[in-house]
Amino acid sequence: KKPPPAPGCGFAAPGAALVLSFPHRAFFWLVSLLLASLIWFVSVHLSDQEDSKLQYGLLVFGAAVSVLLQEVFRFAYFKLLKKADEGLAMISEDGRSPISLKQMAYVSGLSFGIISGVFSVINILADSIGPGIVGIHGDSPYYFITSAFLTMALVFLHTFWGVIFFDACEKRRYWCLGLVVASHLVTSGLTFLNPWYEASLVPIYIITVCMGVWAFFTAGGSFRNVLKCLSCKASRPQRSR
Amino acid sequence: MAVVGSTGGSRRVEAAAGSRWAPLPAWRGLLRALLFALLAAGSCQGNSVERKIYIPLNKTAPCVRLLNATHQIGCQSSINGDTGVIHVVEKEEDLNWVLADGPHPPYMILLDGNLFNRRVMLQLKGTSRVSGLAVAIAKPSPPQGFSPGLKCPNSGFGVYSKDYGPQFAHCNSTVWNPVGSGLSYEDFDFPIFLLEDANETQVIKQCYQDHNVPHDGSGPEYPLCAMQLFSHMHAVTSTVTCMRRSSIQSTFSLNPEVVCDPLLDYNVWSTLQPINSSGKVDPEKEVIIVATRIDSHSFFWNVAPGAESAVSSFVTHLAAAEALHKVSDVHLLQRNIMFTFFQGETFDYIGSSRMVYDMEKDKFPLRLDNIHSFVELNQVALRNDSVLWMHTDPVSRRNESIQTQVKNLLEILSNSSVGGKVTLQEVGFSQPLPPSSFQRFLRARHIPGVVLTDHRTSFQNRYYQSMYDTPENIRMEYPEGLSPEETLEYVTNTAKVSRMLYGFLIKMNNSWFQSIIKPDIKVILGDVPQHYVAVSSPVNTTYLVQYVLANLTGTVVNLTKEECLNPEKTPHTEKEMYEYAWVQGSLDPNSTTRVPYCVRSTVRLSKALSPAFELREWGSTEYSTWTESRWKEIRARIFLVASKELEIITLVVGIAILIFSLLATYFINAKADVLFSIPRDPGAAAY
Repeated sequence: KKPPPAPGCGFAAPGAALVLSFPHRAFFWLVSLLLASLIWFVSVHLSDQEDSKLQYGLLVFGAAVSVLLQEVFRFAYFKLLKKADEGLAMISEDGRSPISLKQMAYVSGLSFGIISGVFSVINILADSIGPGIVGIHGDSPYYFITSAFLTMALVFLHTFWGVIFFDACEKRRYWCLGLVVASHLVTSGLTFLNPWYEASLVPIYIITVCMGVWAFFTAGGSFRNVLKCLSCKASRPQRSR
Repeated sequence: MAVVGSTGGSRRVEAAAGSRWAPLPAWRGLLRALLFALLAAGSCQGNSVERKIYIPLNKTAPCVRLLNATHQIGCQSSINGDTGVIHVVEKEEDLNWVLADGPHPPYMILLDGNLFNRRVMLQLKGTSRVSGLAVAIAKPSPPQGFSPGLKCPNSGFGVYSKDYGPQFAHCNSTVWNPVGSGLSYEDFDFPIFLLEDANETQVIKQCYQDHNVPHDGSGPEYPLCAMQLFSHMHAVTSTVTCMRRSSIQSTFSLNPEVVCDPLLDYNVWSTLQPINSSGKVDPEKEVIIVATRIDSHSFFWNVAPGAESAVSSFVTHLAAAEALHKVSDVHLLQRNIMFTFFQGETFDYIGSSRMVYDMEKDKFPLRLDNIHSFVELNQVALRNDSVLWMHTDPVSRRNESIQTQVKNLLEILSNSSVGGKVTLQEVGFSQPLPPSSFQRFLRARHIPGVVLTDHRTSFQNRYYQSMYDTPENIRMEYPEGLSPEETLEYVTNTAKVSRMLYGFLIKMNNSWFQSIIKPDIKVILGDVPQHYVAVSSPVNTTYLVQYVLANLTGTVVNLTKEECLNPEKTPHTEKEMYEYAWVQGSLDPNSTTRVPYCVRSTVRLSKALSPAFELREWGSTEYSTWTESRWKEIRARIFLVASKELEIITLVVGIAILIFSLLATYFINAKADVLFSIPRDPGAAAY
């Protein structure tokens, strides 16, 4: 007997996985951010607050620590989900877990991205409600719109990294892992080039597109599938229901 | 293959079955997280993004709304502040840009102090292209004079009316304040702020230069520098309306929202020979009242330096009180002297009308019968050739007995000035009394009295009731480079007068004032002294006049703190005759502690609230009905604004991306089984 179909559809995992993944994943990200900010806070207070170069260096250090901690927590979450997956597989009737690891990877990456995006942008959104824009002290007046695009790139990136990361951990391809962490560090570093938006946003979007393509292929897609999908769509439009 | 097919099929069934309700847990979690984050971010004020956007203006004074029985005066802003593109107006031609040419109305004007006059203000009042005004104080003061007060101050509330001296009523014979423009008594529907700090004015002008200056006649380009002013007032129309609304709220609501407060404070009075304050004085005992006012006003809230209009007179009065108390045989004097300092006189004689009312209704130890004569000091600092003019009321002098008494009084006064540094001269019959507290006493009873001023006809003070009535106006100058202590002790003529002038005009928080006040109210002494009557009492000025008078005219008694604060429990204190105050004493130069002591004096406070509020006659034309509106927040800030086009483009792009992403997600989801066909062997799919 097949287990009763869990409520769910392709783009959001079945309910159980969702309950496991989304808010808890977000919580894991929050914990990693909290730890990173604690480290940065302590280091700032232990150092000389007047020295601006040192403070800038500490900020870079803090950002790097935050990136590494996020990846560590992503790995920890992967381990947790693996255990949960095995547990579910054990108690299910046909020995297979109802949730696919790929779906879990996608949802975890997405929730990670959403919470990270929310935290990046909510502060800016709250201040954009007022009548003024950034710029009276000489900053770029395109601050709000570039922050929005950056946040969008970040959400996509986390989703794609989630998919690639889980797959790499599953297949023990550690060079993939290293590449994900490295690209995360590079993205974080590129944001330090703001407000020189040409030098920061464009490379970040290039990285996003590359990661997207890589995640697509990791998740099982292929160029042939895309063509098949488009031709299906052209010939039999009812299938999309 | 079959397994793949069935798995794919089950997925399709799941996809079909679940699309209705699966998104709910996802969206709920997302919504919760979003709400939490929003709350967290919204409660975080002063964060770095806000600091990138806004520059707050801290040293400003607003123009607030005041109401009387029939009108509202002052300024009002919208509830969420008024925003406008900044335009600096330094000469009259700049106004054309604001009124007609400028392409980005409404404008927020930064007006030079010299252009803050009636003509310009009425032009701005009539247009909708102005959303607010910030006035930069003019340094030095405008040489032609500036007075936002009326040409005929307190005209309907004095003694002259159509029934009494109609040829003198409403300044028919003498215009007392010819420079007066009446600006304070106009009603503006946009906010007006005063920029007190020249550095902030410079920041605003710099922002204007960088972003708003028109190039070659065409408009400047976005982003533009803008300013937002918040000064929303709760009261409208008149005192009648706002008091009615407040009383309804207070009666029926659990959480009353009072919208206005009457202007009130305390009068300070003291007698030379002690009198029983709880009883009534015999009608045979005669008292001479010496009176001055202690408050002033200007166009802006709580900016009222009042150097010539108030401080000069009451400091002279305090010095005279001190000198008289030092005379050894005061107790042998036939008549008592009452030194009275009236508060709220600027607003249709609040203090003096209340005292007359209390005297008539027997709520004051003295009655009108006890008053033998009245001497008032009004604006005495700007004397020409050291002449002080004596004004009397010509109408009451038509009565023979009053005429004799007044002539007697004038003679005594001019004789006493012979050989002194100041000569007193009479003004004559053709002139009425200037606006003074004596007029309220005359309304009740014909008392012989005289008002001493430095002006013969109209005021010498060209800055009457304005922000420019500063120490410079009365030619008070200190040499550069003195420390606050040295400036306090800088003696020009007599030590005490200089110290008082310094304390009431330059810096209230000085060591002498600190040593004569109560120990627990040290914090009230702010920086630059302002003498506005306000609505919470007592204000600094009243409090300090009380304690200075107690110090100058009282005696130090040997009582402990307990005995001093509770004189009714201590024998031989004569609680009804005297007031006891525990003051904190001066600071030893070597230690950090003070030596407090007890002062016994005859200085008392009497409530200065207009009788109209006691009688609940809010539309009264007999008594002052001035109230001040309440407000929630008053602040100002500058920032850059973007063009409407950029805002709309941002919004449209955002919505387009949202719709596109939703569509893309939907289609990918629908085609997920085709796009992400999972091969049976996981290894084979690796790339």
